Amino acid sequence: MLTIRDLQGSARRRNRERAMRHVFQAAAITSIVISLLILFVLARGTLNFLRFIDWDFGVLFDTGWFPRRERFDLSTIVLGTLIMSTVAMVVAVPFGLGTAVYLSEYAPRRVRKVVKPVIEVLAGIPSVVVGFFVLKFIAPDLVNRFFGQPDSAKSMLAAGLGIGILVIPIMAAVSEDALSAVPGSLREASYGCGARKVNTVVRVVLPAAVSGLVAASIIAVSRAIGETMVATMAAGYDGSGPFTGFNPLNGGISMTGAMTNAVGTDSNRGGAPFEALFFVGFLLFVVTLGLNLVGNRFVQRVRQKY
Amino acid sequence: MALITPALGGRTAGDVVRASLTRRDRDARGLIFLVLLLLAAGITMLVLFTLLAQIVTEAMPVLENQGTGVVTGTIGSDPAEVGIWPGLFGSTFIGLGVVFVAIPLGVAAAIYLEEYASQGNRLTRLILVNIRNLAGVPAIIYGILGLIIFVRWLEPVTQGQTVIAAALTMAVLVLPIVIITSMEAIRSVPQGLRDAGYGVGASRWEVTRDHVLPYAAPGILTGTVLSIARALGEAAPLIVIGAVTGLLPVTGLTERFTAVPILIFSWSGRPDQPNADISWANAAASAGLVLLVLVLFFNAAAIVLRNRFERRRVGT
Repeated sequence: MLTIRDLQGSARRRNRERAMRHVFQAAAITSIVISLLILFVLARGTLNFLRFIDWDFGVLFDTGWFPRRERFDLSTIVLGTLIMSTVAMVVAVPFGLGTAVYLSEYAPRRVRKVVKPVIEVLAGIPSVVVGFFVLKFIAPDLVNRFFGQPDSAKSMLAAGLGIGILVIPIMAAVSEDALSAVPGSLREASYGCGARKVNTVVRVVLPAAVSGLVAASIIAVSRAIGETMVATMAAGYDGSGPFTGFNPLNGGISMTGAMTNAVGTDSNRGGAPFEALFFVGFLLFVVTLGLNLVGNRFVQRVRQKY
Repeated sequence: MALITPALGGRTAGDVVRASLTRRDRDARGLIFLVLLLLAAGITMLVLFTLLAQIVTEAMPVLENQGTGVVTGTIGSDPAEVGIWPGLFGSTFIGLGVVFVAIPLGVAAAIYLEEYASQGNRLTRLILVNIRNLAGVPAIIYGILGLIIFVRWLEPVTQGQTVIAAALTMAVLVLPIVIITSMEAIRSVPQGLRDAGYGVGASRWEVTRDHVLPYAAPGILTGTVLSIARALGEAAPLIVIGAVTGLLPVTGLTERFTAVPILIFSWSGRPDQPNADISWANAAASAGLVLLVLVLFFNAAAIVLRNRFERRRVGT
């Protein structure tokens, strides 16, 4: 008599099949474990930090970011991040979006073949190298020459410009995806009505791609906020001297810069100045996670529409 | 007559109509728009070339002075004599960490998500959203993770602030990229290939191993090469887990470590001796040049791979 057992195949083969499935599933679940660990590590460090400052939230809103004097004014680093990210977006949105529109709507195939890899090369440039470029070229030869600043070559403006350069390729890539997701029939319908190319692009293609373009900007902002090396190398303030105010031409400190500085307070490791690393990291994580969730939602919307 | 006769200026109506139909169409707005777009793309490319030119010219004096000593030399207190060997040592191990940890783990996760997991399942959706978010977590946060998990908790394995901890941290950092690119490669495998395999009685793992993976291999390779480039260029997590930013040469598995991007960071902020021929900036630029060559090599390899991959797809 033929039973189920006869049709199941060899037990060895079935066991191997089950084992492989478990191996792959474990690998996939590792990603969730990583997220949980990140959350745990940040939350634990934040609690330690708050314990070190005796739950005195006053020091978080008081007289500047001076870790060594246990003064952790959040507005100093949050505003610093905000200024640098704003400068970065002022650079990245026009240049990234312009490049994307050119590549997707205008560029002849041969030009595209050259420009696209160049943008990809730019995307691959390490942020330390851009930081070096900001220190040795953008700060002295551009910012200082045109805005002439007295004391130091480093400034939030210079750092913001560098972060902008780093963010252009992401802006361009995500926007181009959004633009090429707009169906050709929309463009043809517009031409069929007698519209010119510029009107087709500005009034039909761009509005149709708008949620993708919003997604690109949100993701770019999130990258700009999380960018560390340029902000550490070129922003110019390390929480030791007097703080010179929120003029983009002055030195400033970003949340990421505050974190790398906290690592440097090695001597009194374990104290509040060091644990600030986790506290600021937690804030940074929450902000970028929120932005990424919203950005991904917008990307998803483009995919559903077309 | 109620009709208004336009002023024709001595020409016949036919002439006017003909002229308006054959006249070259000057689309001033369109032209301005195109010029703006060209400026955006052009300046973006110009920035890249300026950056490359800046690094090369700053690095030139060091290369002329040192030759291959830039690569084989070690860290010291004189910018005219330093080399990046300890950095290359660290960076090599970071690359190996990506190859041996991130790639197997990432490809396995991608296989599960594309071949095994039931789509629309709550766990699958959770994993997918989670991976997308991990890809957007700032690099410096991974440094914090590495500092606690790999440097402190796993100290018996990693010996604290060593290249092993650095390599593991970077592997975790690039894991989402490896998973996402591998998933895309696996998704592009034609369904017919799988159905043919199942049709002759192959099991899921057999189909995956013998048909899906070979077909997706170039795409997976592209993603992995990109992730190696990313790991080599990243500096922020290494600073957090405790890379050496001073002038001590370190090359050992159980000592503290450094890496090429860390050398650029630490050298470019170093004060110079007065009237030195070769400044720390020059030394930093030479390290930057080596890093650029490395990273751009991996990026170019990925682009070439992807183009060949796409061309083959068009043929099928």
